[in-house]
Amino acid sequence: MTLPPPPSGPVPWERPFALRLLRDMLRIRRLEEKAAELYGEQKIRGFLHLYIGEEAVAVGALHALEPRDNVVATYREHGHALVRGMRMEAIMAEMYGKREGCARGRGGSMHLFDASIRLFGGNAIVGCGLPLATGLALADRMRGETRVTACFFGEGAVAEGAFHEAMNLAALWRVPALFVCENNLYAMGTALVRSESQTDLCAKAVSYNVAAAKVDGQDVVAVHEAAKRAAQQVREGQGPLFLEIQTYRYRAHSMFDPELYRDRREVEEWKTRGPLHTFTARLKAEGKLTEEEFLALDAEVGQEVARAVAFAEAGTWEPVEDLARDLYTP
Amino acid sequence: MRRATYREALREALREALKGDPRVFLMGEDVGKYGGTYAVSKGLLEEFGPERIRDTPLSELGFVGAGIGAALGGMRPIVEVMTVNFSLLALDPIVNTAALYRHMSGGQFSVPLVIRMATGAGRQVAAQHSHSLENWFAHVPGITVLAPATVEDARGMLAPALADPDPVVIFEHAALYNMEGGLPEPCEVDIRGAKLMRSGKDVALITYGGSLHKTLAAAGALATEGIDAEVIDLRVLRPLDAETILASVRKCRRAVVVDEGWRSGSLAAEVMARITEQAFYDLDAPLARVCSEEVPIPYAKHLEEAALPQPAKIVAAARATQG
Repeated sequence: MTLPPPPSGPVPWERPFALRLLRDMLRIRRLEEKAAELYGEQKIRGFLHLYIGEEAVAVGALHALEPRDNVVATYREHGHALVRGMRMEAIMAEMYGKREGCARGRGGSMHLFDASIRLFGGNAIVGCGLPLATGLALADRMRGETRVTACFFGEGAVAEGAFHEAMNLAALWRVPALFVCENNLYAMGTALVRSESQTDLCAKAVSYNVAAAKVDGQDVVAVHEAAKRAAQQVREGQGPLFLEIQTYRYRAHSMFDPELYRDRREVEEWKTRGPLHTFTARLKAEGKLTEEEFLALDAEVGQEVARAVAFAEAGTWEPVEDLARDLYTP
Repeated sequence: MRRATYREALREALREALKGDPRVFLMGEDVGKYGGTYAVSKGLLEEFGPERIRDTPLSELGFVGAGIGAALGGMRPIVEVMTVNFSLLALDPIVNTAALYRHMSGGQFSVPLVIRMATGAGRQVAAQHSHSLENWFAHVPGITVLAPATVEDARGMLAPALADPDPVVIFEHAALYNMEGGLPEPCEVDIRGAKLMRSGKDVALITYGGSLHKTLAAAGALATEGIDAEVIDLRVLRPLDAETILASVRKCRRAVVVDEGWRSGSLAAEVMARITEQAFYDLDAPLARVCSEEVPIPYAKHLEEAALPQPAKIVAAARATQG
């Protein structure tokens, strides 16, 4: 596979906005590098799915949304929660399984929830978020709300019946949903070309009368501009939209994955298109960022991560007597 | 007391809910133009329009999932699934999303969704339309499972189900739609417990759904033999009303559980386990049960009847407990 050249060209944003997006990508990267380390120390257990390499997708897309919008995410959602506005402390404490975590330690890494930022999970059944997002958007359409429901899912989900049923329902009912497919080429270890007869994912959406576009997911500028246009169209009532955001996961699927299914050279080649260093280089080339400023930003983010770890370490355990708490509404 | 059919009672409940709360809408296969597979929603499309009486494509996984989303988004959807057999295509969103969202999110997201579906046999519609899988749902913490067996419950259970902030699954027995019964005004019922349907002292017959009427018939037959049977309608299959069950067992000291589900791993097995755990020393005879035979429900009438709990089998089982 020949990759396109690394993202380049002018950044059409004012400096503060550009630096906000850079900062958020860096926050995800450093949070997850730390999480991987903590996994090695057995502070974090269970499944841990890292987003490293895909940061531009969540950052570019979520900065195109408004606070009133809904977000439905997958089990690889630390970045989405963080960019959407969840405190890093609450994410880290949840990964630790602590009571101070966003879900009181009930969900862990895969199930980050926050009603205050309209983050509806953290869903680990591949594809199940699509019908859910369709229903959230249906509720808004029925009540005349101009809210967008953004639904993130991997390309593996397009093989699920849930994807096809949801595309049809969303188009049939013209609901305000933005379907964001994070195509990182591998469903766990199964490459798209080994699992789909039709590898053009947009063609699938279009077959349901859902307008679709492909976007370079390593280019935060491209992602953000595409998501901004798409969100606006959805908000204006033009029905659902589908974005296939082409990206790549630099790390293993989860901490249990020995990565037998892909060549190291492929990973290295994709790293030349890395969302962080290419964006940083573009900002520097335009004089919007100096190396000193980058290092200062990185140090600040490092402190935020350190605070999150300290918060999680100091956290408490949910009492076992509260095991059945929140099963039903009291 | 006014008379109505089970179907009319269900329809009245739907109409009342749709009139009373703009957040309520009904969706499912053929609920609109067709008037409902079992004609429950007949006339509602004309009255409430296609937005609120929403026909869906044949996408159980999709529209049940969308119902969960709409519930999370502030609506009060009633999702109709044509039969419990078809609901297996939607088990994922029910079990993996609706039932666990509140707990998994640390109490942040409740799913106020009502799912209605037909269940059970007795109409010669063969194996893919006749099963009783209520206990599959009753196995799952986080949902409430209801089985209206009377016209009164058919009329009354929807309102409290809609008022419940958590998911509720309602099983309508397909053989009961034409049944007539009395309807009190106003019809207010709870969705918390079992109900004593016939008082007796010699044996407790514990049942639910379509088997209630066979069990009441059996109790009538037992009376002619001098056996005074008590009949309990479970009504709520999750959470089980252990208190009512145990009180009846302690009084009668003998019990037969009647359940249209297959015997192995049945709801009857759960009821019997509870009795064994909590009232073993109150029993004067081994517990017994009458369930469906462990075969797919066949088409031919005589075979279908042979596969299901019948009054004669219930009478025999109750008689055997009298020792």
